[in-house]
Amino acid sequence: MTTITVQNVWKEYGERVVLESLNIEILPHAFVALVGPSGCGKTTFLRMLMSMERPTRGKILVDGEPLPPEPTAERGVVFQRYSVFPHLTVLGNVVLGQEFSGSRITGRLFGTAKRRAVDAARDIIKAVGLGEAEKKYPAQLSGGMQQRLALAQALIKRPKILLLDEPFGALDPGIRGDIHELMLKLWLETEMTVVMVTHDLPEAFRLGTRVIAFERTPRATIEPHRFGAVITHDIEVWPPKPTPSAAARNWIAHPSDRDVPMAPSIGRDAPAFVSTETVAS
Amino acid sequence: MRILNRQPDPVTRVLLPVLPFVLAVAAYAIASSARLAVNPDDKLLPGATSLLDALQRFAFSPDRRTGDYLMLDDTIASLERLLSGLAISTVIAGVVGIAVGMIPYLRTLMASILAAISLIPPLAILPIIFIAVGLGEAAKITLIVVGTAPFLLRDLAMRVQELPSEEMIKAQTLGATTWQIALRIVVPQMLPRLIDSVRLSLGSAWLFLISAEAIAAENGLGYRIFLVRRYFAMDVILPYVAWITFLAFLLDYLLRAAQRAAFPWFAMGRGR
Repeated sequence: MTTITVQNVWKEYGERVVLESLNIEILPHAFVALVGPSGCGKTTFLRMLMSMERPTRGKILVDGEPLPPEPTAERGVVFQRYSVFPHLTVLGNVVLGQEFSGSRITGRLFGTAKRRAVDAARDIIKAVGLGEAEKKYPAQLSGGMQQRLALAQALIKRPKILLLDEPFGALDPGIRGDIHELMLKLWLETEMTVVMVTHDLPEAFRLGTRVIAFERTPRATIEPHRFGAVITHDIEVWPPKPTPSAAARNWIAHPSDRDVPMAPSIGRDAPAFVSTETVAS
Repeated sequence: MRILNRQPDPVTRVLLPVLPFVLAVAAYAIASSARLAVNPDDKLLPGATSLLDALQRFAFSPDRRTGDYLMLDDTIASLERLLSGLAISTVIAGVVGIAVGMIPYLRTLMASILAAISLIPPLAILPIIFIAVGLGEAAKITLIVVGTAPFLLRDLAMRVQELPSEEMIKAQTLGATTWQIALRIVVPQMLPRLIDSVRLSLGSAWLFLISAEAIAAENGLGYRIFLVRRYFAMDVILPYVAWITFLAFLLDYLLRAAQRAAFPWFAMGRGR
């Protein structure tokens, strides 16, 4: 159960202000979706949570402790691309996290320790629907399967926080629906706090318990670069997330074969359509 | 139909690549027989019989003085030098290149000096090598190392930096230390790329090998062709050049085959 506290955080690159005076309290087991137009700083904010960037001013606290200056195993991450290691098989990618903690010198496990790690990895590989593909390399997987793998790889470390940087942005709509079901199930089964950046408003409302919009509002005609993006909307999603349906669980046990090789998504930056059924606040 | 849309049919696809070779051999045969018709003792373009005769003498019969098969001895001597030189270069490049590519402090420390070193023409420091390590095997191997290591090293350091930063972050979120990232993420992904760079370095490695052998050696393929040059022995030089070319091709082929066999994921990632 992890709380993230953002206190008066500013991010500036030289003269240019990207984000200004952010104050957010993210509650334990929240699923926060960050939305906003391109260049509004939502990815910058996520990179600060990952310790890839540091705030220019202000503090980010996790359970009251300052964020460590470099990425740690407490904060798992899934990127849109390059989240998995191309030289390792599906099984190798998922076992890797345990091998790092089990063997400081060689980063490899052998014998019974390896067998135990492999068993644990197989469980989670099955849970994300990749049971048949454990010997395949990422290049042999479709985009959707690669992102499932990335989730499995991150979740085996049982991170307290999961950070998602447009994880499903490059997937076809059909596959996206399937992986959303999986994401919700995994989130409900764990206690982790999730922060996700997305371009896709329906996705934000479907997955999130809270949707935060960043926007650079026009406030000055002179020196506009001195004004960064601020939070323009902070929406509790209602009704609260239900437990996964029997149908969803069934689907996870029998993944469909709808995944097709990764196709470049078209018009990702187009204004997303907000479904009125999902926005009730 | 536009010429850029025309595709050779399967038979042409097999025959067409052979054609330039056939033409080259035919042109040589015509020129050679024309010269030999004027002067039967012509040495510049020896005919097939004298080429085969020279090959017979150097490759398939023992030397009258020493009892050795000269071409075999030369090949072994040259390959030993070439492969030791390349092996040393590869190890240096692997260790230093990956460290420099991964660690910002090392990169800042080494980038300029490495750029400067790589600009020194290796043949220009050949005299220094001869003075420092003598005229023996060490000098020839050192020249190959000096000639190929800087390129391999800088190339590999750049390849390391080309790895997506997402991979480095992801590894850290899986709890990896710098050492573990090097061992499990960077080195395995660099090995096939290192093979590619070594393949590209083969040409210059041969260049430095033959130069060193031409200047100071008692055997070796380069030594032999420069030795018989004194007697205008084109009948020896041409088979040797063909043999050297074949060896170079063979090394390249073996490296590519090893890369495919050992790193199947690498070819997949490149969409082949």
